[in-house]
Parts: sequence; C-alpha cells; structure tokens
Amino acid sequence: MRSKVLFSRIALFIGALLIPTLGFAYDPDTHGGGNDSTHTEEAHAAPAAEHEGGFDPGHMIMEHVSDAHDWHIAGHVHIPLPVIVKTDKGIEVFSSSHFINHETHAAQSYTGGNYTYKIVEGKVVVWDNLAQAENETATATLIDFSITKNVASMFVVAFALCFVFLSIAKAYKRAPGSAPRGMQSFFEPIIMFVRDDLAKPSIGPKYEKFMPYLLTGFFFIWFSNMLGLIPVIPGGANLTGSISVAVVLATFTFIITTINGNGHYWRHIFAMPGVPVWVLIILTPIEILGVFLRPFVLMIRLFANITAGHIIALAFFGLIFIFSKNGENTGTGVGVGIASWLFTTFMFFLELLVAFIQAYVFTLLSAIYFGSAVEEHHHIAEDFDGKPNVEHAH
Amino acid sequence: MSNILLEAASTGHGIAALGAGVAALGAGVGIGRIGGSALEAIARQPEAAGDIRANMILTAALVEGAAFFAMVIGLLVTFIV
Repeated sequence: MRSKVLFSRIALFIGALLIPTLGFAYDPDTHGGGNDSTHTEEAHAAPAAEHEGGFDPGHMIMEHVSDAHDWHIAGHVHIPLPVIVKTDKGIEVFSSSHFINHETHAAQSYTGGNYTYKIVEGKVVVWDNLAQAENETATATLIDFSITKNVASMFVVAFALCFVFLSIAKAYKRAPGSAPRGMQSFFEPIIMFVRDDLAKPSIGPKYEKFMPYLLTGFFFIWFSNMLGLIPVIPGGANLTGSISVAVVLATFTFIITTINGNGHYWRHIFAMPGVPVWVLIILTPIEILGVFLRPFVLMIRLFANITAGHIIALAFFGLIFIFSKNGENTGTGVGVGIASWLFTTFMFFLELLVAFIQAYVFTLLSAIYFGSAVEEHHHIAEDFDGKPNVEHAH
Repeated sequence: MSNILLEAASTGHGIAALGAGVAALGAGVGIGRIGGSALEAIARQPEAAGDIRANMILTAALVEGAAFFAMVIGLLVTFIV
C-alpha cells in the first residue's frame, strides 16, 4: 500500500518535470525571425516588418500571453476556431482558417457576405482590399463574439467542472454517509477546506448562501490556472491571465457583496458610527472608493499573477534564441537551453503553488468581503483601506 | 553603473524596467519580512501554524498586489508608449 503511494508520487513528480519540456517542444513560435520566418511574423505582417531578421522577445511573449483566433498545436498546425462578428450589416460566422493561406501560411484577408475581414495585431478588423488598409469606420461598428482560444479553453474548464462535480454530487446521493471513493476522496478535502477554512471563519453563520459561488469561483480559477500551465492542447491558453476573465470574476464578487450588503455594511461606508462629522467628510469618500477598489485589486492580482507566470516561462525560452543569435550559435543555444529548462522547471513548481494560492486568495478575499457585507455586530477591526482584519475574523 | 542608468533613463522602456526592479525590491522586502515573522511565530507556537500560514499567504498576496500594480504599469509603458 505504502509503495503504491510512493510510486504515484514519483510518477507525479516526473510528470511535473516533463511539463516544461513539453513547453519547449510546443514553442516553435520562438524560432520566428531569422531566415525561416514562421507564421508568427507573417500573421502580424505590420508590426513584424520592423523586426524582420531579428528575434523580438517582447513580440513573442505578447503573442503567447494574449488571446488568439486559433489554437496553435505545433509548427504550422493550428486548430481553427469559429469567428463570429457582428457589424452594422449583421452577423457573420466563418472559420478562422480563412485568415491563413494554406500554401504559403501567410496571413490573408477573407471576404465574407458583408465585408472583407483580416486579423491585424490579433484583432479582427474590416479590411479594404483596394486601399490595403483597415476600413476604420466599419471596424468601429464591429463587435467580436468569436470563440477564441480563451473562450474555447473556458469551455474545457466548464466541461471539466461539470463532469467532476456532477459525478461527485451523484456519488454523494447514491451512497449517503459512506466513505468517499475515487475522485470523491480527492475533492472532498478541498471542498471541506473551502468551507471550513475560507467561508466559515470569514463570513460567519450565514456562510451557506455564498458556498455555491465560492466553490465555483475557487475551482474555476484553480482549474483554469492549472490548464494554463499545460503547454499543449487542451491547455496553453492564458485564461485567468486574461484581463476580461479577471474583470468578470471580480465583478461577480462586487455584485454579490453589493446585493447582500445590509444596513450595518452601508452605515459603515456612508456614516461610520462614532466618528465626528469633520472626519466623515474625509472618510466617506475613501470608503466609497474602497468599495470599487476592492474588486479592482482582486482583478489586478489574479490577472498579473498568472500573466507574470506565463511571461517568466516565455522569457526563459526567449533567452535561448537571444543567446544563440537565431541559431547561429548552436552550442550557446544548447547550453542556455539546458539552463533555462532547469529554471523553467523550478518556476513551474512555483507556478503550481501560485495556481492554488491565487484561487485561494481570490476566494478568501471574496469571502471576507461577503462577510463584511452580512455581519451584524461590530467585532471585526477594520484597517485603513477598509479590509477587515483577518486575525479578528478567525 | 551610472552610464547604464543614464542610458536606461533616456528611453521610457528603461525607466519601466527600473520601475519593475524597484517594485520587485519592495515586494521582496515585504514578503521576506512576512515569511520571517511567520516562521518565528510558528516556531514560538507550533500549534497555531495553520492560522499563521493562512494569514501569511493572505498578507503576502496583498503585498504582491501592490507590486503587481507597478508591474502592470511597467508592462503598459513597455508595450504601449
């Protein structure tokens, strides 16, 4: 029994070690530049023109951390994703594979029913083939609803969440009160951790109402952070490191806090009891600002943490191509490659931790904000920026 | 050293890089202090390790948030200006 546990741990360890290697294999985009300019350069003809002949790490990194209209696998192999655009002439749906020429792999425009479209700097714009320029008046009316890489990745996370939690819920219904089995035994301690260590101490007796949101938020962030660490399909998208996703998550927390705020909560914002009027003139604007600042910081923290993780891994890979001067210096490239492989392996272990900690911190802070919204008696000391002091909350 | 600083300061990108460095410095000091104090507290009172660890991670995340503001602004300067 013991050796089985040990074996599975070693297998996990080796698996984790392999993750950065996969990333190395997956990153053919980093070969961009030099003589064999790949689609990275071509897909973005305009900005790439000035970098022709040299490897531009900033461009490569931004390419990888931002959203895309196709899912890159290796080399010239992409999974095209549907493009859904709404312009003033109506909605159009087509595959993003139309944007790439299949023989030369160069970026090209696609003429749909209403307009001609092209991807410029990662965004779909209305293209004027005669003028060879963007039709800016038509682009202004364009709304992009495409299933991009991030959206597709979000579907994967949603499917995984539904699969895991519906089957766990079914297992609890089928055999109530019995010992957990299989997947249940893995997730039960984590669910209990969210309930007993996050929700209960921060929210208090009314925690049950917020459990669905906290659990969903926790597992959504955790799953998508982990999925972002896997360099190959179905991972590789920078989902939680996309500011739009972070904005939506923080907005949910903001809305739930605002809706559930009781009289006590609002009184503490607009007229802190026991404070002289002249202090209130200064304090109330700060408190009102704090209401909006909290979700804002929540958003920035998630976005920046995850994006920073991706940027660090990509920067280490970028070093290989900087030091080897685009393949001229093979020996240096191999040497730096080994060093950056080791560094990236180390960073991935850190990122595994960060993936969990960010889910934990987001959920904990949300729970604390909900707690401050529903609490009845004043027993939580508040520090200067209006965040309840957790030490007292425990 | 001063040459490097002058050269870096002559472009917005260099200043952004310096800013990111200073932010990392501040966050490093902050998180280091949190970690040190937390270890000390756990050594004094091992039975409270769970609570201390939870608060340590939370406070570290708050410090990190401040550093990330600087980092995001540095990135914006690098990629937009």
